[in-house]
Amino acid sequence: MTRNPDRPLSPHLTIWKWGPHMAISILHRITGVGLALVGMGLFTWWLVAAASGAEAYGTFAGWASWKWALLVWVPLSWAFFQHTLSGMRHFVMDAGAGFALDTNKFWAWAVLALALVLTALLWAWIIYGRAA
Amino acid sequence: MTDVARSKASAKGSAGGRDAAGSADVGRTPLGRVRGLGSAREGGHHWGQERALSVATLLLFVWLAVSLLRLPALDLETVSEWLRNPLAAVPMLLLIAATFRHLDWGLAVVVEDYVHEEGNKLLLLMLIRFASVGAGALAAFSVLKIAFAAAAATGATP
Repeated sequence: MTRNPDRPLSPHLTIWKWGPHMAISILHRITGVGLALVGMGLFTWWLVAAASGAEAYGTFAGWASWKWALLVWVPLSWAFFQHTLSGMRHFVMDAGAGFALDTNKFWAWAVLALALVLTALLWAWIIYGRAA
Repeated sequence: MTDVARSKASAKGSAGGRDAAGSADVGRTPLGRVRGLGSAREGGHHWGQERALSVATLLLFVWLAVSLLRLPALDLETVSEWLRNPLAAVPMLLLIAATFRHLDWGLAVVVEDYVHEEGNKLLLLMLIRFASVGAGALAAFSVLKIAFAAAAATGATP
């Protein structure tokens, strides 16, 4: 099916005023794609390395515990929490609930905040809890 | 015969009926051709499958997160020892099956929404399917190898 470019389009992304619900909707996709490409790549590398012996696992563990790898791990863990929480919000909305503007906005903010809090808690636990 | 009745007959009928309706459809918009046909009655199926799969993925990831955080370390011995237990290997295999299908469907939705050129779309969807099945198979085989290596190792020790 081809679109006639002469016909007008309905107002799109650039027209609407941004709100937390829009941010969360597109973040769900961005974090999903990130988790799918980066997360599942690392997950597969980890398991293949574990099945391939000490040397392969050493290569993986060496990279994974490299300090600059935190630039991957921290955003990845945030993406995991963000995608999981907004996915749970989607379950509620799929059931037909939570569409009233106030409720919808509140939970959108709550998901954004909660994902950041959980990421901070996880890394605080990894850095301070594990050592203790 | 009304337009709606004719469209319905052509949708359900033989190829010949469709040809006859096709000539009557000349000049009609795609919307005009399907208007009045009703739903195909299977649109909700995939949607429901996606939700069920998401629930499975969610539960299995909670299991994985709790399991990994409970392991004393993540070195090779600890991880292998853990995966030798059927109660770890089996959920891990289920997690791999659910997650790689979930990400295949998820990436497909993104491509279907944003890639409008038919050829590119088909190519990308195929790449996504190949990559997700390939990586999923690698991950699953690795879990099986670790789990079954235990039997070989214990069998070899006197």
